[in-house]
Amino acid sequence: MKKTGLLIWISILVQMNARARIIDVGPNRACSSVTAAVKMALDGDTVRVYAGRYFEKNLVIGKRIVLIGINHPVLDGEKKYEVISIKANGVVVDGFHIQHSGVSSIEDFGGIKIYQCRDVIIRNNILDDTFFGIYCQQATNCTIRNNRVTAYSDEEQQSGNGIHCWKSDSLLIIGNTITGHRDGIYFEFVTHSIIWRNTSYKNLRYGLHFMFSQEDTYVANIFRGNGAGVAVMYSHGVKMYGNFFEQNWGDAAYGLLIKELSDSYIEGNYFNKNTTGIHLEGATRISMKRNQFEDNGWGMKIQASCMDINVTMNNFTGNTFDVGTNGSLMLNSFDKNYWDKYDGYDLNRDKIGDIPYRPVSLYSMIVEKNPPAMILFRSFISALMDKTEKIIPSITPENMKDEHPMMKKYK
Amino acid sequence: MKKIIKYVMTDILRNRIVLFYTLLLFATAFSMFSLEDNISKGLLSLLNIILIIVPLVSIIFSTIYVYNSAEFIELLVSQPLKRRSIWLSLFTGLSASLCLAFLVGAGIPVLIYQANATGFLMIAMGVILSSIFVAIAMLAAVKTRDKAKGIGASILLWLYFSLLFDGLVLFLLFQFADYPLEKPMIAITAFNPVDLGRILILLQMDVSALMGYTGAIFRDFFGTYTGLVFSFTILFTWIFVPVWLSLRKFNRKDL
Repeated sequence: MKKTGLLIWISILVQMNARARIIDVGPNRACSSVTAAVKMALDGDTVRVYAGRYFEKNLVIGKRIVLIGINHPVLDGEKKYEVISIKANGVVVDGFHIQHSGVSSIEDFGGIKIYQCRDVIIRNNILDDTFFGIYCQQATNCTIRNNRVTAYSDEEQQSGNGIHCWKSDSLLIIGNTITGHRDGIYFEFVTHSIIWRNTSYKNLRYGLHFMFSQEDTYVANIFRGNGAGVAVMYSHGVKMYGNFFEQNWGDAAYGLLIKELSDSYIEGNYFNKNTTGIHLEGATRISMKRNQFEDNGWGMKIQASCMDINVTMNNFTGNTFDVGTNGSLMLNSFDKNYWDKYDGYDLNRDKIGDIPYRPVSLYSMIVEKNPPAMILFRSFISALMDKTEKIIPSITPENMKDEHPMMKKYK
Repeated sequence: MKKIIKYVMTDILRNRIVLFYTLLLFATAFSMFSLEDNISKGLLSLLNIILIIVPLVSIIFSTIYVYNSAEFIELLVSQPLKRRSIWLSLFTGLSASLCLAFLVGAGIPVLIYQANATGFLMIAMGVILSSIFVAIAMLAAVKTRDKAKGIGASILLWLYFSLLFDGLVLFLLFQFADYPLEKPMIAITAFNPVDLGRILILLQMDVSALMGYTGAIFRDFFGTYTGLVFSFTILFTWIFVPVWLSLRKFNRKDL
C-alpha cells in the first residue's frame, strides 16, 4: 500500500514539475541569490542552485518548492543564523552543503529546520559544523535521507543534536551518517517513525536518544563509540531489529540503555565490546531474541525492577560477565540461549544441556555491590567463590536460570 | 660461577620432575587451546595455570632442591669460592631451568595459538613469576635448617600469595566499602606479585569490563607507560629482595 501511495505521489510530483518553472541560481545565472530565487518562485517550482558560496542569512522557504543543489553549493550561516527554515508542506531540499549555523543557548538553531509542516524531503545534504543538524518540529510524514551531519564541539552544552525530532509523526530517517553532536538522533514525542540504516558514531552523549516515543522502529543502524551509547526511555511499542551497538566504553556507557520501556521487541541485534551490552531498568513485556552478545564487560544488566522480559535464543560469547543484576527478585525468563561459559553435558543428544545454567555469577554480584572488588577478578579466590555459589546458590537469584541452555552456538 | 650454573642446570634438567612439569604444561596448554572452540577461554585456563600451578611448582621444587643439595653446597663452600657466587649461581641455575621448562611447556602452545600482546604478556608473567617464587623458596630454605619446616613454610607462602592475600583484600574491601578504595588498591597490589601479574593480564583480556569507573582508574594507572614501568619494577624487586635477603643469611650461616 505504502509503495503504491508513494508511486502516485511521485507521479503527481512529476506532472506538476512538468508544468512548473525552473529557476537557476549561481554566478552568471538568472539569479545570484537563493533568497531572491525563492521569492520569485511559485508553488511547485524548482530552484536549481549551482556550486558556489552563498551567504543567505536565514533562508526561509514558505512555498512548496524543490530546492536542488548541483555539486553541493555551500550555504553558510556565518555562525549567526539558522541556515534553512522550512515552513511549507512538500518542500524538497536536495544536495546542499550547509555549514556554520548559529549557536545559541536560547534558540535551537538548526542547519535545516522544519516548522509544523508535512511531506518535506531532505536528502543528500552535507551538514558541517551546525548547532542542531536537521530539526523536525511538529513535522509529519517527512523523509530525511542520505545526509552527512558533522559537528565539532567538545562540550554537551555547546552542541545540539544531529537529527532532532520533536512532536512529530511518521518520519523516515534513512541512511544518514551523524557524528560529533550531543545526541546523534534525538526523538521526543515522535510516533510511527522508522530509523533505518543510519550510522551514528562518536557523538558526545547518546548515539540515539528516545523519549516518550511510541510505536517506532529502528532497523540495521550502527551505533559506535558514543559517549553513553543508546538510550530508549519512557516509551512503548518500540521495535529494534538488526542494529549494531559497538564499543561504548565507560562506567555510564551502555550499548543500549532501556528505561521504562514496555511491549517492545529487541531482536537480531549485535552487542559488541561494550562495557554493558544492554541495561534494563523498569522494563516490562520485552521480547529479546536472536541477539549476539560478544566481548562485552557485562552482556546484560537486568535490574530487579524489570518484569516479563523473555530472553530466548541469544548467543552470549566472550563476555566477562554474562548477566548482572542488583537484587534477588527475578520476574523474567531466560530460555534456550547459548552461553559459552556453560559447562554442563547433553546425555540424550538433543543439543540442549541437561542441567540448567545460572548466568549470574556470585562475583558479578560482588562487583555490583563493591566496584573496586573488580581488582580481584579472575583470582583463585574469586573462582573458588563462583564454584561454591554454583553448587549452593545463596546470594544469586534462585530462579535466575536458563533451563534449556544450548550446546551449540546459534548461527 | 658459570661452571656451577652449568652443573646445577644439567642436574635439574636431567631431573625427571622438571621434565614431567614441562610435559604437563605442554599437554594442558595444548589441550586447552585445541579443545576450546573459543581461544580466549583457552587463555583463561592458561591464566589459572600461570597464577596457581607455576608458583606452586617453582616454590616447592626449589625448596626441596636447595635442601637436597645441602651436601653439594657444603662441598662447594670448602673450595676457594665466594659464598656469594655459589648462592647466586644456585639461584640462576634453578630459575633458568624452571623458566626454560615454562617457556617450552607453555610458551610454544601460546606462540602457536595466540601470538599477540596478551600471549606475550602471559609468557613474560609466567617467566617472572617462576623466578620470583624460586627466590622466595631460597629465602624460606635458608631461614630454616629443618627440611620439613622449610617445605611447610614454602607451601604456606604459596597459599598466602595465591589465596589468603586475596581473601584479606576482599575482607578489607568490604570493611571499608564506604571509602574510595580505588587508589589504595593499586598500592596494595604491589604487595603480591601474583596479583600484579594477574591485573596486567586482566587489562588485556577484560578490557570492556574494566572500562567502568573503577576499572578505568586501574587502567589509567597500569595501562600507561609509567604504570607498566612501575609494575615491572615492583615485579623485579620481588625477585631481588628475597635473593638479597637469602644471600645475606647464607653468607653468615653456619653450615
